[in-house]
Amino acid sequence: MDQAKIKELKKISIDIKLGAVEAVYSAGSGHPGGSLSITDILAYLYFVEMNIDPKNPQWTERDRFVLSKGHCTPGLYSVLALRGYFPREDLKTFRKIDSYLQGHPEMKNTPGVDMTTGSLGLGISAACGMAKAAKYCGKDFRIYAMMGDGELGEGQCWEAALFAAHFGLDNLCAFVDLNGLQIDGTTEEVLNTASIADKFRAFNWNVIEIDGHDFRAIKAAVDLSKQTKGKPTMIVAKTVKGNGVSYMEDSVGWHGKAPNAEEYAQAVKELEAAKAELDN
Amino acid sequence: MADTKKIATRDAYGNALAALGEKYENFVVLDADLASATKTGTFQKKFPDRHFDCGIQEGNMMLVAAGIAATGLLVPFASTFAIFAAGRAYEQIRNGIGYPHLNVKIAATHAGISVGEDGATHQCNEDIATMRSIPGMTIISPSDVVETAAAVEAALNYVGPVYIRLGRLAFPVINDPDNYKFELGKGIVFADGSDAAIFATGMMVDSALQARELLKAEGIDAAVINIHTIKPLDEELVVKYAVKTGAIVTAEEHQIIGGLGAAVCETLSENHPCPVKRVGIRDKFGKSGKPAALLEEYGLTPADIAANVRAAIAMKNK
Repeated sequence: MDQAKIKELKKISIDIKLGAVEAVYSAGSGHPGGSLSITDILAYLYFVEMNIDPKNPQWTERDRFVLSKGHCTPGLYSVLALRGYFPREDLKTFRKIDSYLQGHPEMKNTPGVDMTTGSLGLGISAACGMAKAAKYCGKDFRIYAMMGDGELGEGQCWEAALFAAHFGLDNLCAFVDLNGLQIDGTTEEVLNTASIADKFRAFNWNVIEIDGHDFRAIKAAVDLSKQTKGKPTMIVAKTVKGNGVSYMEDSVGWHGKAPNAEEYAQAVKELEAAKAELDN
Repeated sequence: MADTKKIATRDAYGNALAALGEKYENFVVLDADLASATKTGTFQKKFPDRHFDCGIQEGNMMLVAAGIAATGLLVPFASTFAIFAAGRAYEQIRNGIGYPHLNVKIAATHAGISVGEDGATHQCNEDIATMRSIPGMTIISPSDVVETAAAVEAALNYVGPVYIRLGRLAFPVINDPDNYKFELGKGIVFADGSDAAIFATGMMVDSALQARELLKAEGIDAAVINIHTIKPLDEELVVKYAVKTGAIVTAEEHQIIGGLGAAVCETLSENHPCPVKRVGIRDKFGKSGKPAALLEEYGLTPADIAANVRAAIAMKNK
């Protein structure tokens, strides 16, 4: 990936953040922190990696993305809108009655949402099912999944970890958004899930540890997942929760809270400034 | 009634899968380390590549099934004991299968108290209640092996989530394999009657037929209706027989809370209130014992059904 491409992805990532923050602000509720931490990965997957067709969201041969940390819909809906699945304007309807943009992802009525999620631990299992079905049917599409580090407290994640390794689901590439924070505090304080990489290695996964805000590292890890045979891949991505909005960064309080008008204006100002700086 | 041989519906399920496997290539079967007990092993022997044993992890299995269905490539049957499906994995089924209305078939065996010696932890008397509470869930509770085979095929051909309730205990074959026709959501009038109507499901249909014979000797003419599809309930038929007989009895191997009896009462209270007596487990856990002894202790015998018919008729005549 050359500098120009990285710059383009950085801009896309900021645009995802702008959409995510706008959605949460419009709704007056939602989850900005964990949405902002994954926008670089979302930008890479949706604008570089995944074999998808926004005009044909149900295309059977497409790659799939499962947001196992389903509360981060602001980030997901924003990237889907940017990628052309639905009008960006609709982000303003997020969480409102009559909107198809539900608080948590709902696959039947939202173009581009590949799996209904929101109850933690369920998405990664569904991703395993998709990968298993693809293998059984001899299909070469790939399954991407995004988990939270707090989510790993759910026992079902480890059931899925056993399953994916047992069945050699090398068409499954999952991420852990390692931002270190959950609702009640740091993951270390609430329920220590460290060392995540070692745990997945012990479960016989192909584990890659990266900086989740480094596009070259994201690309290298995803490329490696495609070359790895017989094992599922877990990319443990170190991220900053609330990334890109100064007062949300590394702050527990911004897990599930909407900014007020003043805070929203500041977020937009900071993100627009960061985007402008990319051209300097 | 021609055939008196006894077979468990779980055996019929395994056999049905194995037979359907040749006719349909679009389905796979999942189990959670219980293939020999749920009888999916019968299918596994014939189609080893189409059987995915997930190990002991029912929650994951339900979402693996959901993910398989979400690809649109295959229809998964997911099997385990009723307590681990409708009980342990309730939330997975609700959020992962029911809410997205995915084309997953959950075939749960070892439902009811007739599980026997394994005791209360393994006797699921609440599965109809939990599954009924999920919007859009279809619930089938077959009355014998003939009906099970037909129900499995009907479930496969229906698009949407289905819960099939199966038993461990061998009991009589009551349907005629040559003339049986399964229609999803339609009750089957086994025997007409004018004094009372017994709505039964699962193995209790056979017991209801025996109760009818007991009552006949006393000059009581009770209709017996097989409700194989508990949801959606055949409300038209329920109301029709409430109007016709004015005395209703329900019979199920399940808690009276939330099961067939509750469904019938809900329908009748809104459409045609009349006396209803419910035969079922009355808010209790089960325990270890021989199935026949348990059915007797918990009030689920033909004699219990007959007593409830008399009571319903007495209420009507008051």
